[in-house]
Amino acid sequence: MPLSKRIIPCLDVDNGLVVKGVHFLDIKIAGDPVKLAKKYTEQGADELVFLDITASQEGRDTMRDVVTNVADVVNIPFTVGGGIRNLEDARQILRNGADKVSINTAAVNNPGLVTELMEIFGRQCVVVAIDAKFKSPIQAPKMVKRKSTYATENIDNTYEVMIYGGKKETGIDAIQWAKKVESLGAGEILLTSVDADGTEDGYRLDLTNLISDAVRIPVIASGGCGKPEHILRLFKETDADAALAASIFHYDKYSIDKVKSFLREGGISIRF
Amino acid sequence: MLRIAIFDYGAGNLYSLKAAFERNPNTRVSIIDSLKNILDYDGLVLPGVGNFDPAITSIGQGKELFIKAVEDKTPILGICLGMEMLFNKSEEGKLNGLSILDGEVIMLNKKLTKIPHMGWNTLKLEMNGGNLLNGIPDNSWVYFVHSYRISPVNKGIVIANSEYGITIPAAIEIDNLFGTQFHPEKSGKTGAIILKNFLRACRERT
Repeated sequence: MPLSKRIIPCLDVDNGLVVKGVHFLDIKIAGDPVKLAKKYTEQGADELVFLDITASQEGRDTMRDVVTNVADVVNIPFTVGGGIRNLEDARQILRNGADKVSINTAAVNNPGLVTELMEIFGRQCVVVAIDAKFKSPIQAPKMVKRKSTYATENIDNTYEVMIYGGKKETGIDAIQWAKKVESLGAGEILLTSVDADGTEDGYRLDLTNLISDAVRIPVIASGGCGKPEHILRLFKETDADAALAASIFHYDKYSIDKVKSFLREGGISIRF
Repeated sequence: MLRIAIFDYGAGNLYSLKAAFERNPNTRVSIIDSLKNILDYDGLVLPGVGNFDPAITSIGQGKELFIKAVEDKTPILGICLGMEMLFNKSEEGKLNGLSILDGEVIMLNKKLTKIPHMGWNTLKLEMNGGNLLNGIPDNSWVYFVHSYRISPVNKGIVIANSEYGITIPAAIEIDNLFGTQFHPEKSGKTGAIILKNFLRACRERT
């Protein structure tokens, strides 16, 4: 039996409550993070991801309590991302009980942070989240002209790294950036298609393949999952190690155990 | 009341390991940053978060007491890095290991598989799984996160293997010394049974 493919529910947390955003906008409340974490664990989730989308400092302090309360009841790995700007933020989250931290904007602004985290906590703790946005070939040359260390002269694919929750362009080519963070010390890449996120019309398989072919660390695909068939296609047609999804689990549309049975029948290596 | 000590190399994330042990009744877990009082505890855990050299350095002067604890047959559980430290040396670091067990720690092969070996994989039991894996069926799923594997001189200590491109020793046991390459505290119900088995070894010795 090979390593299983992982099913990872994602919980966006705002001021201590789980919410689900569509295209990073139009937020709806969905529930208590500790209860949801417990439920997902019991249903067979392989891992959990919490993204703190809180804007205020008080809200971030709340997140630390959420992390501890989740660690008290959950016996599978969980990652916390969002709002981690520096080493101290990461240390707090890990000390409060998270297994891994995910950084995105902070890694782009200070790539050395990836290495620092790896050296202190070990590579396995460091997830770099890459939010990638498709650029049409007409827009692409603009990316090359921008001042950036990682933009390449001959971009044959046109995915750009976005920061600040998918809102700000960086001029950085996503593939080059994936290779860079691997060499800096990332243990895993959480790859989100900004275009697909919230659409529920499937993962972006081309993007997933481009990134997972470029690195030798595990890749979690995210953005666009609307039904179990999307996850099956992801694992059949790409080398992704894990599928992250939010909305299909949140409103009890599909339970995790049902999704996993469906994938197992589809010939995917799944833990049960 | 069972008294268990988890040794902190200074890296930090020990909360979930502590919480996993404390889900068992009558178990008190202390996180310690020096080994000077280890002989007072019923069991010692070397956790699995950090890097080889800083972890070895943090043990420092405590090494002799640690060897004494092993000789006294104090139950000791090394998780991932904590198990790797029991051997002579590791490709992750330059410093010598604790040399409680003979063998070395080797990096996984990037050409064969992605590194780290991260996620859920199955156990193939050897020697009936020893005391540590008592009650765990063959092919049970456990959670791995590691880039190195152990290569013990005495293969007889291996109580489970896992397949990831090559065969990886997944758990070891000799007397009251236990080690897992995977993380029992993150391995759901299977992991909870393994921690309970370790606590039983601690209880039986007292």
